[in-house]
Amino acid sequence: MPFEHDSLLGLTYLTADEILYLLDEAKAFRSILERDLKKVPTLRWLTVVNLFYEPSTRTRISFELAEKRLSADVVNFSASTSSVRKGESLRDTVDNILAMKVDMVVVRHSSVGTPQYIARKCKVPVINAGDGTNEHPTQALLDLYTIREKFGQFNGLKVVILGDIRHSRVARSNIDGLKKLGANVVLCAPRTLLPPNPNVFGVDYTTDIEEALSGANVVNVLRLQLERQKAGYIPSLREYRMFWGLTSRRAKLLDSDHIIMHPGPMNRGVEIDPDVADAKDTVILEQVTNGVAIRMAVIFTLAGKIKG
Amino acid sequence: MPAILLKNGHIVDPAAGIDKVADILIDGDAIESIAPEKIPKDTEIMDISGKYVFPGLVDMHTHAREPGQEYKEDIESASQAAAAGGYTSIAVMANTVPPIDTADKVSFIYERSAAAAVWIYPVGAVSKNLEGKELAELADIAQAGAVALSDDGFPIANSELMRNALAYADQLDLPILVHEIDPILAADGQINEGRISSLTGMKGIPVQAETSMIARDIDLLKLSGGKLHIQHISAAESIGIIRRAKEDGLSITCEVTPHHLLLTEEEVLSSGFDSNFKMMPPLRTKHDTEVIAEALADGTIDVIATDHAPHALHEKDNPFDLSASGIIGLETALALIWTHFVSKGKISPSRLVELMSVNPAKILDIPAGTLKPGNYADITIFDPEREWTVSPEKFFSKSQNSPFIGWKLKGKAIMTIVAGEIVFRD
Repeated sequence: MPFEHDSLLGLTYLTADEILYLLDEAKAFRSILERDLKKVPTLRWLTVVNLFYEPSTRTRISFELAEKRLSADVVNFSASTSSVRKGESLRDTVDNILAMKVDMVVVRHSSVGTPQYIARKCKVPVINAGDGTNEHPTQALLDLYTIREKFGQFNGLKVVILGDIRHSRVARSNIDGLKKLGANVVLCAPRTLLPPNPNVFGVDYTTDIEEALSGANVVNVLRLQLERQKAGYIPSLREYRMFWGLTSRRAKLLDSDHIIMHPGPMNRGVEIDPDVADAKDTVILEQVTNGVAIRMAVIFTLAGKIKG
Repeated sequence: MPAILLKNGHIVDPAAGIDKVADILIDGDAIESIAPEKIPKDTEIMDISGKYVFPGLVDMHTHAREPGQEYKEDIESASQAAAAGGYTSIAVMANTVPPIDTADKVSFIYERSAAAAVWIYPVGAVSKNLEGKELAELADIAQAGAVALSDDGFPIANSELMRNALAYADQLDLPILVHEIDPILAADGQINEGRISSLTGMKGIPVQAETSMIARDIDLLKLSGGKLHIQHISAAESIGIIRRAKEDGLSITCEVTPHHLLLTEEEVLSSGFDSNFKMMPPLRTKHDTEVIAEALADGTIDVIATDHAPHALHEKDNPFDLSASGIIGLETALALIWTHFVSKGKISPSRLVELMSVNPAKILDIPAGTLKPGNYADITIFDPEREWTVSPEKFFSKSQNSPFIGWKLKGKAIMTIVAGEIVFRD
């Protein structure tokens, strides 16, 4: 199998071929989602635990659906209802859950490196569903899938990632994947929401939204965490919208052949205007559907590693 | 106790100007003579050909965790770790629970050190409860026997307090040891602000959090007088600032740890965010380690200190940002520096002894750092050929939080003698 990993910890560890392999696998699962019978019996033997230490609606449901469509048994753990509230450490929780002999772990946590930490402690596959500001590989894979559906390939595409790059795991995984697949990536944000050393990514960046959007084929608009204002990164949400919000006027700068993406949940009227969010060139709901297929592909591929 | 003759060892005692193969005679708790002409009857003779004899090493930066966090370490276990690493004296930091911020707590440390394998020297807090608000009773603390003053673990953010602390400590003739990290600039910081922090989005701690505090304290030193010692330098830029202050004739000294000389932020990423690479100040870049290494050789850096910071497994075995900062160091420092600096010709054995024994003894004004006859027989016998691998089972420390586990080192303390008594032998 041209996929050499037991876990999916981040796109940084994958080659271009491995990314494309997962996108190809997802295509088959995507077609299953269009059938009347959306479930396959493939992974009846598999028990997956979804460890969600951060609030999440769509990613958690997307993973759960993907697991159920593959007929896996699913255990959900969320920090707000568990013994974490009684002060149990991550280490103890993880040790206990692993002692119950699950076959696969999906984890979201606010700490960078939590998936690596869990992978060091256990022999079962670990899927990163978002680790702090670092990576969100399944989100990036579903974004890549959505772009490929529209454009067929990546070479020469101008892809703008707009918004809070500094704190965004979606941006980091996307940058890595897009670079590997040959797209021209441009990051755009106010200077304080770019990383202090934006050169580390090896892609273009600018604080000028009009320059960024001109002739772009894809704009992926990131959610602005509303607390960034209090932390002193931006003066106000109003000013953010005025200078970095995706308005319909600015959307006209895009190449005639373009799509508008957003990983959700949206702050309409902040990073994206309501009319843009609901326009026909946005693919936000397609992203969500593709997300289930991508997660089925990832789980299926890693499950194959267990039996193989 | 019979006299002991250490025969044919290579004695390195820069304070006495000795760097040669010679015998050394120990009688009771003191050094009797070097190259003795006659030896008493019943003298026990140990042939240590091929080994080095150093004045016992001095660590001026140990966290012994007693009182209050004895599950991490205590004075006895820290002293055993020290002895195993070739140290005969350690200065223990004041950030215990409660902190060593009164004279009776200084006395408590001395009482507890009765069970210790090596000399224990308490460092007193600068401020009450390490809060950085009001001066602790520094004169009383000094009278009880504190050898230095430090709020280590915390910076002294309040410039007025720092100014007064320097002036007040000056009349007591005690140095102030400072942990230079601007607490606002460094807030929530996990690692160096640089390549890895931008790549991962982890909050970085810029070099300027260190340099701005060092520059401020040098200015305050001009205002107040006193003796300033900068702890655990991590950044190349700090070296230049300190070098200029020394050229200006200010009373300033500084230390570096083995980990800031040997590790970089890259290890945080390549280890998959292993918290044994989490420390304060954070690991910086290769450039920083290179500049600091040059300063080690050229004399700008006075001391190699361990910042021995034991933490229990449950405090380190966590995702990176949820883990405690710091690593243990007493049992690895000498061998790391020997393997990576002395063996490679970057510093001489004599310079190593200055950095790890002579200078810290001088800064703390304690009776150590030389093998002159009449002094306590505090001696480290070092085998430069012994090859060993750092492994957690062998640590004497109660904690195992070391990023050097698995490292192959060449050179090891094989015997540590404190006041004439062999406290460690391997």
